[in-house]
Amino acid sequence: MLEQLEALKTRALRELDGISQIQALEPWRVRYLGKKSELTGILRGLSGLALEARKAVGGRANRVKIELEDSLARKREALEEAQMASPQGGITDISLPGRPLPGGRWHPITQTIREISDIFVSMGFQVVEGPEAEKNYYNFTALNIPDEHPARDTQATFWLDPPETTANPVLLRTHTTSVTARILETRRPPIRVIEPGKVYRYEAIDTSHLPMFHQIDGVAVDRGITMADLKGTLYEFARRFFGEGVRVRFRCDYFPFVEPGVEMAIGCSVCAGKGCRVCGNTGWIEILGAGMLHPQVLRYAGIDPEVYSGLAWGMGVERLPMLRYGIDDIRLFYSNDLRFLRQF
Amino acid sequence: MKVPLKWLRDYVEIRLTPAEIADRLTMAGTEIGGMTATGGDWDRMVVGQITAVGPHPNADRLHLVTINIGPEQPTVVCGAPNLTVGDKVVFAPVGARLTDPHSGQVVTLKTAKIRGVESSGMACSEKELGISDNHEGIMVLSPEAPVGTPLTEYLGDTVLDAEVTPNRADCLSITGIAREVAALTGQAVRLPDLGYPETGPAITEVVSVEIADPDLCRRYCASLVTGIRVGESPPWLQQRLLACGMRPINNVVDITNYVMLEYGQPLHSFDYHQVSGGKIVVRRAAAGEVLVSLDGVDRALTTDMLVIADGERAVAIGGVMGGANSEVTGGTTAILLEAASFNPANIHYTGRTLSLPSEACLRFERGISPELTVPALRRATQLILELAGGQAARGIIDVYPGRVETPPIRLTTARVKQLLGVEFSLDQIISALSALGFTCAGGSADPSMMVTPPYWRTDVKLAEDLVEEVARVQGYDKIAITMLSQPIPQHDPAPMPRLKARVGQALVGYGFQEIISYSLTSLKQLGRLLPEPHPLEPAPIPLANPLSADQEVLRPSLRPNLLAALVANRRHEDNGIRLFEMGRVYLPGTGELPDERDILGAVLSGPRQEASWHGGGGNLDFYDTKGVVEGLFRQLGVAVDFTTANDDSFAPGKQAAIVVAGNRLGVIGELHPRVLQAFEIPETTCLLEIDLAAPAPLTAAHPRYQPVPRFPATVRDLALVVEAAVTHRRVLDTLQGFSLLTQVSLFDVYTGGQLPPGKKSLAYRLAFQSPERTLTDQEVDQVEQQILARLAAELGATRRA
Repeated sequence: MLEQLEALKTRALRELDGISQIQALEPWRVRYLGKKSELTGILRGLSGLALEARKAVGGRANRVKIELEDSLARKREALEEAQMASPQGGITDISLPGRPLPGGRWHPITQTIREISDIFVSMGFQVVEGPEAEKNYYNFTALNIPDEHPARDTQATFWLDPPETTANPVLLRTHTTSVTARILETRRPPIRVIEPGKVYRYEAIDTSHLPMFHQIDGVAVDRGITMADLKGTLYEFARRFFGEGVRVRFRCDYFPFVEPGVEMAIGCSVCAGKGCRVCGNTGWIEILGAGMLHPQVLRYAGIDPEVYSGLAWGMGVERLPMLRYGIDDIRLFYSNDLRFLRQF
Repeated sequence: MKVPLKWLRDYVEIRLTPAEIADRLTMAGTEIGGMTATGGDWDRMVVGQITAVGPHPNADRLHLVTINIGPEQPTVVCGAPNLTVGDKVVFAPVGARLTDPHSGQVVTLKTAKIRGVESSGMACSEKELGISDNHEGIMVLSPEAPVGTPLTEYLGDTVLDAEVTPNRADCLSITGIAREVAALTGQAVRLPDLGYPETGPAITEVVSVEIADPDLCRRYCASLVTGIRVGESPPWLQQRLLACGMRPINNVVDITNYVMLEYGQPLHSFDYHQVSGGKIVVRRAAAGEVLVSLDGVDRALTTDMLVIADGERAVAIGGVMGGANSEVTGGTTAILLEAASFNPANIHYTGRTLSLPSEACLRFERGISPELTVPALRRATQLILELAGGQAARGIIDVYPGRVETPPIRLTTARVKQLLGVEFSLDQIISALSALGFTCAGGSADPSMMVTPPYWRTDVKLAEDLVEEVARVQGYDKIAITMLSQPIPQHDPAPMPRLKARVGQALVGYGFQEIISYSLTSLKQLGRLLPEPHPLEPAPIPLANPLSADQEVLRPSLRPNLLAALVANRRHEDNGIRLFEMGRVYLPGTGELPDERDILGAVLSGPRQEASWHGGGGNLDFYDTKGVVEGLFRQLGVAVDFTTANDDSFAPGKQAAIVVAGNRLGVIGELHPRVLQAFEIPETTCLLEIDLAAPAPLTAAHPRYQPVPRFPATVRDLALVVEAAVTHRRVLDTLQGFSLLTQVSLFDVYTGGQLPPGKKSLAYRLAFQSPERTLTDQEVDQVEQQILARLAAELGATRRA
């Protein structure tokens, strides 16, 4: 009997070894482990044996049964694994295009404004907006640019009211600094805001001029704000926008609403500062105008310049993606050609 | 402002390279936008002297000219009319590169036989040197020009192009730039001695000046020179004017221009004999007064403009342009020189009104000091005597009703530190300010000082101005870089930027490309959206000074620009186009300013799906547009509804108003065929428009949490047959009020052969659910029967077999 069991086991395992299809496992199980199998017969016949023989044969038979069951389970697992590892239903041409989803994008100017806004928001600034059609007062007078000031000639203006006929004519704001004038008038220190938006200049269209473009002004007012803070705030912006290692230059410049006045430029990345067409052979690219708020501007807004000081800046937006992406014609931004817009 | 370095060196010693000087000036506020080296291409050319002029054997008009250039004495063939033995000229040998006067091209000079005589080189005209357009004769150099010297060394120069900021009228002069350079490089400024012999009669005996309107003229100074000879200026003077971009005219006019460039004070010269009675009256123009200006144009003056008049008539527009009636001409023998101080705003107004921007206007309108008049007048008188001869009258006229004492400014080291964030010592501050010509006296409380600006610095009035002076002389790079250390303010909510970000992000996710278009448009473009005769209500807001007819009004709608962008892209896009813009429209407001509203506008047109091997999906239509709006509001967490609309831009019956909390926020629909025709769009195009600033809050309050159902729902499909006119909406309304009915979704709409005419089928999937228990089939059957009964009673609906 013991030899019979051994032979049975050997035969069953050899047969199992030869199986390569999962479907063939069930007939094998029926044959060797089913109710009518030889093994089951041996186990059923145990009761007819002597105690000693019953113990010996029964123990062996049960071990063979367990061994066959384990082998079957291992074989099933191996075959299932092999089956999952091979492609089902033919090979998929993975080079065929997927089902298309419509893909939209933000305009590159919006992307730039949001990127800049995120940088300043992380420094505690709030994003605010103001009117584009603005009173002469907020666009000029409150910013220490009285009528007939020569600085007005550099900001050719679209008027809604003919300027000569009205005391406080309405114009299209020439800079977002007008929002600064409004914020200073309506809020009390501490103030920290940035003001993105459209601005307008009476200028003929060419590759670097448009009658409408975007600016972001910013202003912070509190006790003890210094030009060192101005430099730090703007340097941090430049570092995060243009990347670690950007070279930054602060030079004296004039804007009527600040004193001292500052211009910030970055080292030209096209020529690495050697001078090229992009930077007008200076090695530097002007990014923004800035300064400490002029005491007259604070006074107009009812803020005491002896107690409070403020930093302010204004920058053009279009220039930044033009530099970053090498765009040489500003008109592309508002031609709204999808072949251009989809590149960003 | 062009600044020739050789001229600058007359007033300040320069030890740095031109590039270093440019950098110092730029960093300190006067940006050097460019540098031009003149004479860089005058290789091989030298100063020569004509030693002999003889006839050409074969040509009457040509001469043989011998030129001494040091050891050599070449002879050249020359056709110029102005050949004088002894004159210093420019000699170009064979191999030199010069400008061909006829073609304008740069050419290399070759040995040439001219009418049988070999010419090894030539004497050059200004045009051939690229200095000016003058090709009348050869260029005659100053008699002091050293023979044999390379021309680059003698005439060449570097000219800085200084971009002077509007506050620095003083830097619109060579001496002003010299003062900056001196302060920035630790040098001293040397100015010309202003003495001259006064051999004529006392000026007060022959000239009188009266300022009738001192508000427009603070100071008027005049000198008189008689017995002069008007002629050409000497070459050195002409060259300096040319280098600064001014054309030489005659010695008198050139000197006034030269002194203006040198000192920054505009001057004017009158033919003294044309000034009736030697009398000058500075007054406002009379109503209707007309003056022929120097350029021969009749100028109609207004009573807001200032004229210089003699006893009888106006002879100049004060500070703007002289009159033809008193112009200095070749026959002038006596001149009255004017140096005056005019009101900047008034000059700006007059210059702009008469469209006469000039170098003089530029300086006056920026506010030059009245103290400049006397030195500039003396300098010009001195030069006239030197270059045009004559006798100067004794003394000058100086009428100065507008003298203002400038009080000293108090400055403390604390204020400097407070603004700059860096500590400068009293010595550093005084050293910086003194270098610029400021006078510093000790203040009452240390460490402070009382600072008096020099007269030419009319821009410095406040302690803050002084702080900038200190910072720019010490260098902005001396200021540290620190982050703001003050507390971050408490900010009131500003919801619009966030709303726009959320709305735009949703649309970008749905496959829309954002566009940004001009806020200005034309009535014609707007008219295309409306039926004839285009009643635009309310009328768009016009610009007072439009650049072009295309951009004459502020847009009252985003629609024209969206459609224009669609049309422009259709030409090259095969796939569907989805565009959106979030921008402002401008409507007449109730206050002083227009009502600016943030609007979302979007267009959809063309195939719904990108052409692909997976197959297409028809064209974008009304329901795609509605789906976008539904999806958007779902993301915003705001319930949206649609009602019928009647907008002239949309096709009748294919449009709907967007309603939130009872407010109409916008419209969706297919565009009217007439609009499509006007924009030349051949296919169905949909547009949606939402007023983001409308009163209904698009930012939902936080929703209340609803428990997630614990018991399963029972789902039943119910196909109804109703009259074709019965809308889905009416079915939904009828299904209100069944508490166990938790969800209704329409999954099929059918009209066609299997139904009686005039009927349609609407198939719904209904979900029944209780928060308390699993519903039995009997319970659901019961509710379904009630639903059917109500639908039958209210809508005449039957269950489709």
